[in-house]
Amino acid sequence: MKAILAENNLDVSGEFWKERIERITPDEVERALSEQPGLYRLEKLAALVAPAAEDYLEQMARLSQKLTVRRFGKTIRLYAPLYLSNYCVNCCLYCGFNCEHKFNRVRLSVEQAVAEAGIIASEGFRDILLVSSEDRQFITVKYLAELAAKLRAKFSSISIEVYQMDTTQYGELFKAGIDGVTLYQETYDRDAYRCCHLHGPKCDYDNRLATPGYAAAAGMRQIGLGVLLGLKDWRVETLALAEHAHSLMKHYWQCHISFSFPRLRPAFGTSYGESQYRVTDRNLVQMITALRLCFADAGLVLSTREPAWLRDKLIKLGVTKMSAGSRTNPGGYSGQTKTVGQFEIDDRRSPSEVSGMLRRQGFEPVWKDWDAAFQIP
Amino acid sequence: MDKLIIAGREFGSRLLIGTGKFASCDIMAEAIEKSGAQIVTVALRRVDIKNENDDMLRVIDRSKYLLLPNTSGARDAAEAVRLAKMARAASGINWLKLEVTPDPYYLLPDPVETLKAAEILVNDGFVVLPYINADPVLAKKLEEAGTATVMPLASPIGSNQGLKTRSALEIIIEQANVPVVVDAGLGLPSHAADAMEMGADAVLVNTAIATAGNPAAMAEAFQLAVKAGRTAFLARPGASSKYADASSPLTGFLRD
Repeated sequence: MKAILAENNLDVSGEFWKERIERITPDEVERALSEQPGLYRLEKLAALVAPAAEDYLEQMARLSQKLTVRRFGKTIRLYAPLYLSNYCVNCCLYCGFNCEHKFNRVRLSVEQAVAEAGIIASEGFRDILLVSSEDRQFITVKYLAELAAKLRAKFSSISIEVYQMDTTQYGELFKAGIDGVTLYQETYDRDAYRCCHLHGPKCDYDNRLATPGYAAAAGMRQIGLGVLLGLKDWRVETLALAEHAHSLMKHYWQCHISFSFPRLRPAFGTSYGESQYRVTDRNLVQMITALRLCFADAGLVLSTREPAWLRDKLIKLGVTKMSAGSRTNPGGYSGQTKTVGQFEIDDRRSPSEVSGMLRRQGFEPVWKDWDAAFQIP
Repeated sequence: MDKLIIAGREFGSRLLIGTGKFASCDIMAEAIEKSGAQIVTVALRRVDIKNENDDMLRVIDRSKYLLLPNTSGARDAAEAVRLAKMARAASGINWLKLEVTPDPYYLLPDPVETLKAAEILVNDGFVVLPYINADPVLAKKLEEAGTATVMPLASPIGSNQGLKTRSALEIIIEQANVPVVVDAGLGLPSHAADAMEMGADAVLVNTAIATAGNPAAMAEAFQLAVKAGRTAFLARPGASSKYADASSPLTGFLRD
């Protein structure tokens, strides 16, 4: 993977691709749009994320919508994140959990996590994402396996978004019933990565890059990728993200890849503010539709970082999965703890309000799309 | 229309219908009604087969329809068998659409694992309807293993491309001793009619109905197409030719 990005100049400052993308002509965009939708080529994606493609946004949106409905139906999968800990040993400048921030940190015991999950399940969710900062001492493989075993009765799909692990560790978690791993590279630009990860294990760019492959090699069925939009030029980041995904798809063909689109949000103690790489709503639509037109069957996931009115619009453009009613602070669902969330959420609607919105827009909310019986005897 | 017989059970409809991708359970129920189908497949990954109040299951009247669970998402024989047994234990249903689909993108079936799973499940008393690529040799092996049908794909699931595997389907139909249900990739009622005219015993449709602008109307269109195709097949249409042809061009000179 490292080699593929390097060969294509996608892990460096991006000037090569920035200039290339800016020179893309309307003819090249039209050629890209005339290709079979859903198949990936790096140059095709470059045309679709180029400034020249902005005049074709409506056409891209229509094609994206049509392709998504054909492959996924008129359905949107729903999931909820459960934050387990905000103790962290990493110093990441964009994150509320930065180890240098001073606030009352919380770790949930397995029993407390089960209680929080019970609240999530009572809202109808059957798909849960266990999230944690880099708290290896407490949120161990054993902890996660024990928690997964206890959650199986209520949840048909359990995935994790925690620190980097190796293939053996992911293998243990897979056997325990965890079927997916989400891990964002944050940024594929090595310099930018170094600048916003000051110390801690997460500083290791290459290990971070290789980790989704370790999860796939361990048998994980779902791998979620993403970049933190606003750290660097989103157009170049999208190309690197796509190359990463494409490489994983070719090597781990039984694994399903999803893309997420987290835009930088205000977070406790951070000062990213108005980034020079701010991603506008228009840019976000272009990124979502461009990726759909290159990856017909990838999941496209939208979190509650985005405002309600925008999520309501984006679901028609290619999104296949959303969170709802999220709390990004450990213990946030029960309100038993007072601590900081990872970032501020924007769509504060309850799950039932979100599912009502989906129905009104002609979508079936899908709470269950997996079964633990697939992988556990 | 003549009856379709699968595992000794008679069905008046030769259209099977899938339940994925619909915008709502009510729309799905209406489409099933209009399709005239009597066999309805449900993905075990989507439904809670133990729960009678499951959103999808409660709108499928089991006194009217044969519910056919499918193992879509299973990556190998072990997973498919595990899922099948769990579903039977929970629901009492021993009919199964066997889908072993390790590729999450094109959802193409694994021939090796499908055969392995079919052998295990048939020996365990299941009525197995296996989803396969249009592979005539595999179809015969599954028939020998005791499956109730074979279900070769016309083109990949959800692609709506029609009978891309026509040549292989013709061979399977010619050689089969069990009903052949053409499954996956039928995008238009004319595709379904075409499959039936070729001699397929039935077709299964999901995406083309579920994602249509009017699923109920499209379901009805498929029902009519299947009937038309089967009727045409039974009527044995004459061979087509570009040229006018005397009725006895080579032997007409003979006199008794």
